[in-house]
Parts: sequence; C-alpha cells; structure tokens
Amino acid sequence: MADLHSNFLGIKSPNPFWLASAPPTDKKYNVLRAFEAGWGGVVWKTLGSQVKNVSSRYSAVDFGGHRVMGFNNIELISDRPLDLNLREIKECIRLFPDRAMVVSLMADNRKKSWHELIKKVEDTGAHGLELNFGCPHGMTERGMGAAVGQDPEIACMVVEWVMEVATIPVITKLTPNVHSVVPTGRSVVKAGSNGLSLINTIQSITGIDLDTLVPNPFVAGKSVFGGYCGPAVKPIALKMLTTIAQDELTSKVPVSGIGGISTWKDAVEFMLLGASNVQICTAAMKHGFRIIEDLCEGMSNWMDEKGFTRTEDFIGKSVEKITHWEDLDINYHHIAKIDQDKCIHCGLCYIACEDTSHQSIHKEYGDPYNKYTVIEGECVGCNLCQLVCPVDKCISMEVHRKSDEYVNWIDWQKKGLPLNDH
Amino acid sequence: MAILNNRLSEEQYAENFSDLHPPYDSITAAQVDANRCLFCYDAPCMKRCPTHIDVPKFIKQIATNNIKGSAHTIFSSNILGAGCSRVCPVEKLCEGSCVYNLLEEEPIPIARLQRYSTEMALEKKWPLFQRKPDTGKKVAVIGAGPAGLSCAHTLSREGIEVSIYEKEKKGGGLMTYGIAAYKVTPRFCEEEVNYILSIGGIQINYEQELGRNLSLADLQRNYDAVFLAFGVGLARQLNIPGEELNGVVDAIHFIYQIRNEGFSPVPVGDNVVVIGLGMTAIDAATQAKRLGAKQVTIVYRRTQNEMPCTEVELDLAKKDGCEIVWLAAPKQIVGNGKVEKLICSVMKPGEPDHSGRRSIIDTGETMELDTDMVIKAAGQVPFESLVGANRLDHEHGKLVINKDHSTNIRSVFAGGDAVNGGKEVVDAVEAGKKGAMAILDFIS
Repeated sequence: MADLHSNFLGIKSPNPFWLASAPPTDKKYNVLRAFEAGWGGVVWKTLGSQVKNVSSRYSAVDFGGHRVMGFNNIELISDRPLDLNLREIKECIRLFPDRAMVVSLMADNRKKSWHELIKKVEDTGAHGLELNFGCPHGMTERGMGAAVGQDPEIACMVVEWVMEVATIPVITKLTPNVHSVVPTGRSVVKAGSNGLSLINTIQSITGIDLDTLVPNPFVAGKSVFGGYCGPAVKPIALKMLTTIAQDELTSKVPVSGIGGISTWKDAVEFMLLGASNVQICTAAMKHGFRIIEDLCEGMSNWMDEKGFTRTEDFIGKSVEKITHWEDLDINYHHIAKIDQDKCIHCGLCYIACEDTSHQSIHKEYGDPYNKYTVIEGECVGCNLCQLVCPVDKCISMEVHRKSDEYVNWIDWQKKGLPLNDH
Repeated sequence: MAILNNRLSEEQYAENFSDLHPPYDSITAAQVDANRCLFCYDAPCMKRCPTHIDVPKFIKQIATNNIKGSAHTIFSSNILGAGCSRVCPVEKLCEGSCVYNLLEEEPIPIARLQRYSTEMALEKKWPLFQRKPDTGKKVAVIGAGPAGLSCAHTLSREGIEVSIYEKEKKGGGLMTYGIAAYKVTPRFCEEEVNYILSIGGIQINYEQELGRNLSLADLQRNYDAVFLAFGVGLARQLNIPGEELNGVVDAIHFIYQIRNEGFSPVPVGDNVVVIGLGMTAIDAATQAKRLGAKQVTIVYRRTQNEMPCTEVELDLAKKDGCEIVWLAAPKQIVGNGKVEKLICSVMKPGEPDHSGRRSIIDTGETMELDTDMVIKAAGQVPFESLVGANRLDHEHGKLVINKDHSTNIRSVFAGGDAVNGGKEVVDAVEAGKKGAMAILDFIS
C-alpha cells in the first residue's frame, strides 16, 4: 500500500487532501465532520475584515445533463465573529491533532491589522497561515483579496508585514485574474512567503435567467461578477500551476494545488505538475465530505500500480514534459485508426472530421449502419475523431513518423523544409 | 362457459387498460434519456423510420429545452408523430437500430421521448405549421386514416383545399378503430385528428363511403386530384367448417367494438382462442384477457421464427398470461349452435419456400382446444370488389400504383394499406406524404 502521508512546509497530514478555504471550512461543525470523514486537513475560511453576506450566493453551469460543471460564488470571507472562529479552530485542533489546520487571512490593508490578526490566530495552535490575495469579488472593491494579488508590489508589501510576525509557515494564495500568476508569485516568494497556493476563483458570469433576463446568482433583481471554480476551471489551473513550477524562483517553494479537483485523477495531475498537495472545495460542496474515500483509495491504487511508494515519488514528474512549441518534434506523425469490431457506426468521427477538420474519414453507405474508415493520406493526426468517439479504444492513433530524425520548427526553417500541403 | 360482458369493475377495466408505456412525468426525466443520446450523424434510427424523422435532432432539442422545436422536427416528417410514438413497433424500427444495441446497452427510448414532445404540442395546441396562401386547387382524399390525414396535411400546407371523405363517424382510421386501447385512447385519437386539422384548409365529411354514397367519377370531376387511402377492412376468412357458429368473431370487429363502445359492454368468452399471430392478433388476445377472459390461447400455424409480430408484442401477450400454441393450423370449429371446440392440424416445419420462409407440412395428426369464443386474426383482405368496380388496377384487391403514387386512372392517386395490404401506421403516414408530393407535382 502506498503511503499518502503528506508534509507541506512541515505541516503534516495523513493524506494530501485539504479542504480549501471556503464555506465547507467556516465552522467547527463542518470541519469536525470533514475530519471524521478522513480529510487530511483544512484551510479555515478566511478571517479578517468585518463583512455582511447577501442572499443568494451561488450559481452554476450545467453541461450535458450534469449539474455543476462550473460553480460561481459571491460570498465574502467569514461573517462570523472572530473570537468564535478562533475558539472553534482551537477546539478542532485539540480533537484532531493529526490533521492540518491552516487558517486563511485577509486583514484590512494596514500593517497593524495584519499583525494583530496573525498573533490571535497563532494563539489557537494553527499549523500555518494562508494569505487570501485571490478573492475576486466584494473584498477587491475595498482594496483586498484579488486587488492585492493583482499588484506584485502591494502583495510584496503585505507579505513583508506578515513575515515580520509570523512564526508558522505562510502560504500565499494567488489570484488567476491576471495575465500571468508568475510576477505576483515571484514577488511574494522574494518577500518571504514560505509557500504558494493556486488558483483562487476566476471572475465570471455563469448565465442568465432567460425569463427574468437577470444573470445568476439573483440578488433582488441584480447580480455581480462572481468567482468561478469547479471542474470547468481545472485546465486553466493546471496551466497556471505549471508556470509556477517552471519558474526558477517560484519553483523553489512548495505549492498547494487548487482549481476544479473532483477526483483522485485530477489530484494526481496537479501533483504531477508540481503541487505538493491539493485543496478541494466544489466537489465536496456538490457531494459532501464522503468523496475523500475514493480520493485516497484511487490515488493509492494508482501509486501501487505505478510503483510509487510516497507522494514525493511522483510530485512534479510531468513538469518537464511541458515544453515550448518550437521544441516539438515536427517529424512525429500519427494517424487515426478505427477498430471496425468496436465501431457502433454513430458517425460522430465522420461528421467532426468532414465539417471541421481534414475530410479524412470515408463514409460507405449502409442500411442502417454506415461504415467509416480513415483516409490515411489525408489524416493530420489531430485527435478530433478519437476525442468525439463514444466508444473506449475504438479509435486509436497509430504512430507513422515522417522520419526517425528529431526536427523542431527552428531546424525546419533553417533547412528550408516544405510547409504543410493541405 | 359463456360469452359475457361486464365481467369487471370500472376500476379493474381502468387498470387493465391503462397506458402501456407511461409518459415522462417531467422535463428532467425526459432529459435524463435525451442526454444519453449520442446525436449520431446519418443516424440508423432515422434511416429505419419509414418517415425518416430526424431523431437525433428532436432528441437534442429536448435536451436543450426546445420542446416546440422538437415537436416541429417530428411533425415535419410525420404529422401523426404523436400516435406513432404509441403504436409503432419501434423495436424493429428506430429503437431496434439504435447504436447502443451494438454496445449491448439499452437503446434510447425514442418513442417515449417522441411522445413527450408531441403530446406537449397537442396539449398546448402549438400552431407549428402555417398554410401557404390558397392556390385555388382542390383535392379529395378518401379515408381519414393515417395515410389520408398525412396526405391532407401535406397538401394543406401548400395551400391546397382538401376534402376528406370518411365512412366512419370519427377520423383516425385504424388508429381510432383498430389498435389496442392500452396503446391509444379514443380521446387521444380525437385530439390528434383535431391537431392535424387545426392547420385549416381540411374538411372531413363523415359517413361518406366510396361506392355507397360517393362515386369516383364525381370526385374526379369536382377535384383537381383524388387520393385513395381507404385502407383494408374485411377480415380474412378461415374457410373452415364451423366458421358460422355463434362465438366466432373477427379481431378487427372485436377491437372496433372495444374502441367504439368502451370496455364493459364488450362480451368476451371464458376460454378464448385467437387465430393468427400478427399485431392485431396480439391486440385482440391481450384485450380479451384484460376484459376478463379466464384463459386466452393464441394458435399459430408456423413457428416463432416466422411470426409476423415482434418479440416485444409476443412478450406482451405472454405477460398477460396468454398461451401460445405453435404449429397448429385451424381445421374445424365444432359446436352445437355455438362454439365448443377448435380442431387444429398439427404441423411441422418443412423446406424454405421461394421467399425463404419455411413452409409447413401437415403431420396428419390433430389437436382439440376447448373454447367458447374464437377470434379470427388471420389478416385483413383488401376491398377487392370496390376497386374492381371502379376499374382500378389491382392485385387481389391491393391497388397497383406507379412510382409517383398515381393509379391507372388519371388524377387518381393512392397509398397506405389500400396499396400495401396492411402495414404499420408509420408506413401509411409516409405513403400519404409521398402521395401528396406526387399530387402537388401533378396539379401545379
């Protein structure tokens, strides 16, 4: 059995799955339920400036009959009294000493406020702090959250304040609402942040009620931009994570991966691209804390199959596989092949290729089942047919290299080799 | 043993004749199935539908909550799409060819989805089609069954004024009079007919029968074209001794009675034998059981391999508790004034005939079945004397038509059961459509 134990900046947890700072971690009741279910740790919902929340708060994007492919919220940081939160944090640590307790913070933009808040939180015995520089709604208008994360200089300044007093590890949470997460990431690492976490939510409108014409979520006939998360944002989060993992400076600190993780596979992907552990919210909000069971079992089984005994064995392993376009091997070529025994004649590969790709699939009329075959000479190996095929392993991509030699775009140009003839 | 009506309570009748395939309760339920559809290209289900409904499109439209669009897609190909969703033997048509079958998975419930959209259109009376401006042309249609209605609707859309002549008191033809009541109710048939007529430009003249109070020559004179869609009617006779005995009825008449009079007035025996194994035989057998017959036995002279009904229909009869006797050819009905026994020749399979169907050979042995009611469902015969009297080309009463649905008589076209001798409702709809297109070509 693989060992899922995780050590993030010295913060230990029995598995690498933490609940992200969000509604599921805003009070003792939920957090105890999460720990009982088996979660490795939590990042307590952001404490700091006083706020008042509105109703309603969430909206979602459904797709193809599935609910909550993407999720959006306009909730602010914790609206409970600070003292109550602190008492409950202490209580949770006492009841589950083996779990990670990190507290998310967002103080007013004054050094004194940050210092006071950090001292109070450290008194609870919390294991780490996460600085919320990412929240894209409500707090930004007051110069907090994403307003901090979007400006590397302000972020640097706040981290410096924090590091003056913090005695436990500090993780800075980055906003994705920037052209690149790297400048702020570099800035806060330079300022002394011990680790990073990303991504926070992406500004969004999930949809509009076509009867009332009011976008969601509905608050007395109006709405605002919300923070988008859930499975839909995973690819964006993975890309941003990779840029942090590839940067010379930011790659030196551990990263907690966040953004649409719903399954053990998603978690493995984040870790392969450099995350030391992961944080989850939307999936738990959709299904409850019980999802932790398959997250752990799935990752463990996969590690056993791959021969990894500890999570450190595979963390970051895929980072080097992401290269620059110019470095890709132009002589690599693969061609689609349709397994006629598996084909169910749905025609989806054909129409996708015919209308939107390279007209590389031949249709032979049949009553009622047409026969589809690949025209090898026309296939550019784009994968579209394989992606739309509903049958597992029916369409495979067979390697037909143009030549054994590795040639990238730069060399190709230098040698004056021919361009595409399609 | 006796033939009695009023065997059950109203509640029991209602339960026995309740909807065979209940509709979806909600859009959510329909969308669970709609979202499973793969949205095939050049889809097998569409090819296998005689009217070529764009099935993937209408299902996708349910998934996107465009129910009006979905109904329009269905009705554009098949104006009786609502009725067909209830009576089509989909297991051998659209659903039978669904690609999920090739994955050994349940096919998409196409009929049930089709019912969802079309019934909503009927219920909400959505005006999905608009007539083109009046062309001043007039067409007469004989028969307000599926072929006639389909033809009339197609013509009316093009601005033709259509007069339908129907011998019964209601429209719908076999939909209204010849199909099991747990598939379609009289009320549903009436709503469907009214929906089709709501486009305007179609007038149905009831209790008008060709050869009785209507002549083809008059129609030819008064209309730019005539479409014959009078179907088939007469039950095939067995031509065996005892057929005249009390208690021998034909299936079409039996079903007609149920459809026309309701359940309690229709008498049924204790021990019913149904002869034949087509869809009508199944409808008669299951309904006899549901009316309260203690035992129902279906007698068929061939084997299961040759049976004209589908497996699904056969299962329906079996689930209702009907017995099937294979390889039994009725030889004689015995009784003293009323039916007491059916004597059958015991058959055995022989060599395949010219059509590839295995012939059957009389073994010389016989078997006896006790019965007090024999329902004959050995097929229907066309109106041979009617077509002969009108000098229409025919083959054993089935009208012979050209590729363009024209008959040998100028300006007279035909389609549906009157031509094919009796197929599915959906085939009749397609024939009506094609006939209408041929007529449009002819008169324009």
